[in-house]
Amino acid sequence: MAIPISYNLRNMRLRKGLTAMTALGIALTVATAVFLMALVAGLNKAFATTGDAQNVLALRKGSDAEMNGGFSLDTVQTLRSLPGVAKTADGQPMVSGELVTIIVLPRKDGTGEVNVTVRGTRPVGIAIRPNIKLAEGRWFHSGQREIVVSKSIHGRFAQSDIGQSMRFGKGDWTVVGVFDSGGSAYDSEIWGDVNQMQSDFDRMGGVSSVYLRAVDTASAVTLAQRINDDQRLHLDGVLETAYYGKQTKSGDTIKFVGTFVAFIMAIGSSFAAMNTMYAAVAYRSREIATLRILGFSRFSILTCFVLESLLLSLLGAAGGILMMIPFNGMQTGTQNQSTFSEVVFALHMTPGVVITAVLFAVTMGFIGGLAPAWHAARQEILVALRG
Amino acid sequence: MSAVSEIQNAGNGAVGNRNIVVQARGVSKIFRRDAFEVTALDNVSIDIAAGEFVALMGPSGSGKTTLLNMIAAIDRPTSGQLLVLSEDIFLLNDEQTARWRNEHVGYIFQTFNLMPVLTAFENVELPLLLTNLTQQQRRDHVTTALRLVGLGDRMHHLPRQLSGGQEQRVAIARAIVTDPTLIIADEPTGDLDSHSATEVLEILKRLNENFQKTVVMVTHDPHAASYAHVVRHLEKGMLLPIGG
Repeated sequence: MAIPISYNLRNMRLRKGLTAMTALGIALTVATAVFLMALVAGLNKAFATTGDAQNVLALRKGSDAEMNGGFSLDTVQTLRSLPGVAKTADGQPMVSGELVTIIVLPRKDGTGEVNVTVRGTRPVGIAIRPNIKLAEGRWFHSGQREIVVSKSIHGRFAQSDIGQSMRFGKGDWTVVGVFDSGGSAYDSEIWGDVNQMQSDFDRMGGVSSVYLRAVDTASAVTLAQRINDDQRLHLDGVLETAYYGKQTKSGDTIKFVGTFVAFIMAIGSSFAAMNTMYAAVAYRSREIATLRILGFSRFSILTCFVLESLLLSLLGAAGGILMMIPFNGMQTGTQNQSTFSEVVFALHMTPGVVITAVLFAVTMGFIGGLAPAWHAARQEILVALRG
Repeated sequence: MSAVSEIQNAGNGAVGNRNIVVQARGVSKIFRRDAFEVTALDNVSIDIAAGEFVALMGPSGSGKTTLLNMIAAIDRPTSGQLLVLSEDIFLLNDEQTARWRNEHVGYIFQTFNLMPVLTAFENVELPLLLTNLTQQQRRDHVTTALRLVGLGDRMHHLPRQLSGGQEQRVAIARAIVTDPTLIIADEPTGDLDSHSATEVLEILKRLNENFQKTVVMVTHDPHAASYAHVVRHLEKGMLLPIGG
């Protein structure tokens, strides 16, 4: 049996000032890591929850984003006739040619202007996306300069209340409704009538992309493949879920910077833990010698001090996670590297984020504790006895 | 020839007697500090029989604690041979030595060396954590040991809540809780007032007489030495003849 854990816990309590300062250092590092991981998790969630497995997106061949493509309405007609496309109650194919562009909007809090995605669609486009619900007001009318903003846009940007108007294209567009897409990437968009937008943005006769709803998920895969294989179309067919899944690369910069910052902080925290544990070993030199004389092996001493360092890091992990809990769900935005517009998302402290944070802290504790513990275990008994 | 047989054939009258607990032959210890060599023990030979209470006396630096630490397998001789409980302890590796000490030796320090964050009970329980005893058995052993030293009512006190004499009695309970053959005491009364010192010495005497423990004690104090059956003097690393 090993040296009892109560020995470690009470020693930590005995040196509570040093314990608290070291744990705080680890907690700040863990909090930073949790913040960055929660950002990435939130961004991933925004894209991962976007799309429906029954929907297929047709893009110009070679385009990796709706914004980069464009093709004629004739092509849209061809797509409407493809087998496997679902029909509306009145027998119309569920195919929506859409125009996607960017406008610049000022933030509500006065912190500047950012690019926002505007989507021209039509009623069938709304029907294709059953997860999108109208939260307030009404949907836009065809042929009108009317827009419906997402809940996130409504919360973050100026002139986004119902009845207010935004100036873009060739005139003022009135906000008539607010939609909720459940935290998906559509939550960063403004929707209006596609025909009116084509006119305002001088894109008559052309669309950026086409959404097709298949009769079922198996047919969606076949439909996407058919679009890819059809030489007349020169289009790429991709499942809507896969398209948005790929856009999680928008989080790559955050991931990189976050990993770098967390790594640097982790080195500092490991040294702090190491310093604390060296002090603990020096302070308890005579106790270590006594334990050895009582019969505890070098390995028992090693595990005892590594364990104490791990307990210290777990205390720091708990502190860091608790520090970040109030920020869980907080909305923020970043630039989508595919569309160059802001994508709004919420910090998301998933169980994975919390577990990773704990493992991160434990790693810091292990690295910080190993050398002092090794030193403690290797001490000659007689030298240690002299303190 | 093994160390055991060499010692047993060394011709000493007591050698070969199975009741001998400590057999040292020509044990020397030289400490090297930079360019200097300090001889802490010089060709020491001694036999300590089972059930003996031996006091080692001598001025500071005479080598008595060095000899004591060798008997407890804490230090190694530079030369010579030493058998403790018929075992050449210096052939054991680190792990085996630790286990051997746990099973056979109870060590009492001058400065008590209790873990300040553990209660008297937990301090005494420490050596038993290395045994296969159940929690209930450990509890029974610890309670018995603490009662034996008169601290049955102080089990849950921390060392700082005890007097020096009580702390040393806890340390004695810790030393005897595994029921070792050999009790090693390094100036056990050195930090105590005379009343507490007498209490501690009475306990050691009782352990020796009633429980047949072999006690080897280093002391400066003639009063403490008077409790021993045999008093041996060391001077400049050399063991003086009995009565010398």
